[in-house]
Amino acid sequence: MFLRDATTCLLLLAAASFFLAGLVGLLRFPDVFCRLHALTKADNLGLGLVCIALIIQADSWHGAVRLLLTWFLVLVSGATIAHLIARKALQQGQTPWRNR
Amino acid sequence: MTLLFGHLIDLLLAVSLTVLAWRLLATSDLFKATVLFIAFGLLMALAWVRLDAPDLALAEAVIGAGITGVLLLTALRHLDSGARVARMSGRSGRRSLRVLLPALGIMPALLVLLCLSSPHIRSTAGLTASVIERLDQIGTDHPVTAVLLDFRAYDTLLETAVLLLAVVAVWSLHPVRPIFSPEPISPAQRGLLRLLLPVLIMTSLYLLWRGSHAPGGAFQAGALLAAGLLLLLLSEQRLPGRWSGMFLRLLLAGGFMIFLLVAAGALVGTGTLLDYPGGGASWLLLSIEAALSLSIAALLATAVIGGRPSDRSTEFPPRRKDPAGEEG
Repeated sequence: MFLRDATTCLLLLAAASFFLAGLVGLLRFPDVFCRLHALTKADNLGLGLVCIALIIQADSWHGAVRLLLTWFLVLVSGATIAHLIARKALQQGQTPWRNR
Repeated sequence: MTLLFGHLIDLLLAVSLTVLAWRLLATSDLFKATVLFIAFGLLMALAWVRLDAPDLALAEAVIGAGITGVLLLTALRHLDSGARVARMSGRSGRRSLRVLLPALGIMPALLVLLCLSSPHIRSTAGLTASVIERLDQIGTDHPVTAVLLDFRAYDTLLETAVLLLAVVAVWSLHPVRPIFSPEPISPAQRGLLRLLLPVLIMTSLYLLWRGSHAPGGAFQAGALLAAGLLLLLLSEQRLPGRWSGMFLRLLLAGGFMIFLLVAAGALVGTGTLLDYPGGGASWLLLSIEAALSLSIAALLATAVIGGRPSDRSTEFPPRRKDPAGEEG
């Protein structure tokens, strides 16, 4: 029981750090492509870690499957939307930032 | 400890909702206001979850944040760029309000906290007990569905009429225009559509079925279906010309018409409007809900398209005239 709760706490803390890093990236990165990169990391890994942490606590297997499904749907739609935003930005003529 | 965390989350929600509401009213950039409105809707859905109202949370997330957001964004596209930034006068006045803002945010939060911690206000149960008492007389086990379709069915009937009227008003403004730019659709978007559309349809059916005994129902199912239709629209799928005439109109009005028919039938049968025979059979409620959700989906999607179908032979919405396409 203790091991289960401790694992959940650790995973949630890791997830929080990913979300924080994504947020800082979103606010601080120089152009839209870098910001998308930061944001999708937070979405994919942070949410994944939250889902795993909650699956450990789930009472039944269908609760766990529902959480996995949530993660999967967010992964797919998040990745596609990031691609679409980046595509639109490229079409509008935004050049990716370069460190000289 | 858990209670303390709950209060903390409620406080955070109340403050951020107030701040968001203020920001979206005060900003002069309409695009920014729209994005803030969507964020506001999502936080509002969270607030409904905190208030133990999952039905409302579902409806708020899908209709309040999702579909209304799309509606506002497409409306914004129709405006010319000059109108997008509403000119605000008196910037100095805004600055003093910015100082007032923390106070404005904290006051409702304190009020919420007071309400939550005082046992007097919490114990007023409202009409919950009397609804649950009469639940076995109707063809549903879920109190919210019972209220929506039986006890307060008149309200729901008029709400669907309002939705229908809104689309009639939109149609009376102007014939439909092409809504999206002629750029080719990304293959990733097509893939997402192929994956999400079955999931959306299945979830919508599930919500519709679930509405009889748990949170869910016609409005949520219809809104999810509308989300699927919007995805189709964004991927340049169109209603063929032969379906944009009578078929589309029947689809739009069908939910309201069936509801009205049942109401009128009850009036003839029992002498009271919307007094279902036998206390409301579950199949009757389910068929009303099914028709309603189809109509709601169609109504929301046509509201986003904006404008009436111009001609029976053209697709709805029409294709944008693409000079490059005519050459090839």
